[in-house]
Amino acid sequence: MRDVAVIGVGVTKFGELWDKSLRDLTAEAGLKAILDAGIASKDIDALYGGNMSSGLFVNQEHTAALIAEAVGLTERHIPATRVEDACASGGVALRQGYISVASGVHDIVVVGGAEKMTDVSPSLATDALATAGDQEWEAFFGVTFPGLYAMIARRHMHEYGTTKEQLGAVAVKNHHNGSMNPNAHFQKEITLEQALNSTMIAEPLGLFDCSPISDGAAVLILCPLERAKEFTDNPVKIVASAQASDTLALHGRRDICTMDATVAAANRAYKQADIQLKDIDLVEVHDCFTINEILAVEDLGFVKKGEGGKASENGLTALDGEIPINPSGGLKSKGHPVGATGVAQAVEIVTQLRGEAGKRQVKNAEIGMTHNIGGSGATCAIHIFEVV
Amino acid sequence: MAVPRFWREIPQRYNLEGTECPKCGKKYFPPKSVCDSCRRESIGKMKKVKMSGKGKIYTYTVIHVGSSMFQLQTPYVMAIIELDEGPRITGQIVDCEINDVKIGMRVESVFRKIGEESKSGVIYYGYKFRLIK
Repeated sequence: MRDVAVIGVGVTKFGELWDKSLRDLTAEAGLKAILDAGIASKDIDALYGGNMSSGLFVNQEHTAALIAEAVGLTERHIPATRVEDACASGGVALRQGYISVASGVHDIVVVGGAEKMTDVSPSLATDALATAGDQEWEAFFGVTFPGLYAMIARRHMHEYGTTKEQLGAVAVKNHHNGSMNPNAHFQKEITLEQALNSTMIAEPLGLFDCSPISDGAAVLILCPLERAKEFTDNPVKIVASAQASDTLALHGRRDICTMDATVAAANRAYKQADIQLKDIDLVEVHDCFTINEILAVEDLGFVKKGEGGKASENGLTALDGEIPINPSGGLKSKGHPVGATGVAQAVEIVTQLRGEAGKRQVKNAEIGMTHNIGGSGATCAIHIFEVV
Repeated sequence: MAVPRFWREIPQRYNLEGTECPKCGKKYFPPKSVCDSCRRESIGKMKKVKMSGKGKIYTYTVIHVGSSMFQLQTPYVMAIIELDEGPRITGQIVDCEINDVKIGMRVESVFRKIGEESKSGVIYYGYKFRLIK
């Protein structure tokens, strides 16, 4: 296995981008990444594109070929492969790209993630997102995607005394971080009162516990570490790439308050990277709902099970805290174009490790991690990155 | 959804029919063709078993923004029920005040209409749950 580096990144603004199509978004992020990496199209060997549901969102499947065409690679006829694992599509696409470079099959690989979600009504978008859960045994009976996470939150409150205020503290922190991210969907601070009084979606989760429905795309360029200096002065090494699965339906899990897929993927990643938890300087976690940041902080091992709520409340996970979580603003504030999210998390970590994150820069950031969840925890993709 | 899909699901949705591993006795709902623990020793040997429909509320939520088919019913209660036989399943809690629902309450399944394809389309039936007073 060869070491793999990220040599270029590109991301669009996230938000309700009504004047941009799926094609426009992927072209924008892809061209930025290609320019950032300093590569030419003749250098590119393959493309992996993460996309959850272009079929339901824009009535278009076969998305990887569309991305390759949009970024000007038509005449190269490279292999272009779509990767779908619901909201973890981006993280899993990155892992596929990583494996193809590490194995020696390809040298220079484009990893993209994109989702165009606002061409359909919010109600149809809710239906599309519900396909990440178990259609026959969950959605059929009327549970929505926020409803699944609401049932996790309710049980977490019951077992560990987690409070609505602690959920709100996650949203407040992530909006604060997002206010310093020029690409974020929401760049405004919110107060705890606003979070607590927001419109109810699925009790106990209110609107401000939920990530928004966003459009956006993100792209990374990978190459073997030994070739990275041909293209860039500041490559970032991928020191671990791990993935795990669990039951599709939430009700099938061993423990509803623990994502076993996160625990399994994290253990594999820590082993591969050969690092201790304390070596990690920052993490982008999958806060599709505030409760999921609390679960992630616990399941990744930063605090004991049940203490994730306190971690957000007492500042442990703040930008200047012991372990900064979601410096980008997270899915909550940066936005959550589902297929793009896993790739966008990696773009944020690479940007931070290069020291280019501006006002939201984490000081002395050398090792960063991404945590990308599909559905209500049926897929987890984790990557760890290190400054070279 | 296609009509054959409903036919396939009638035993489970109408009768709460799951499967049981003949080796370790673990029960599955929805039915599985292999036991998670006994794996190859259970292949081709899983037995059909009917769930009682009785259990308790493991967790729940009150849905205020529903999916398109359920939007007119909001607010409504969804729960994960732990059946007395062991499996947990997702279902709606009906015939009660939404504020009365609590974790740990005993419930029983009831046979209800779940939804319909369109005004002249296929009607979906299945289980919901009500509190045992």
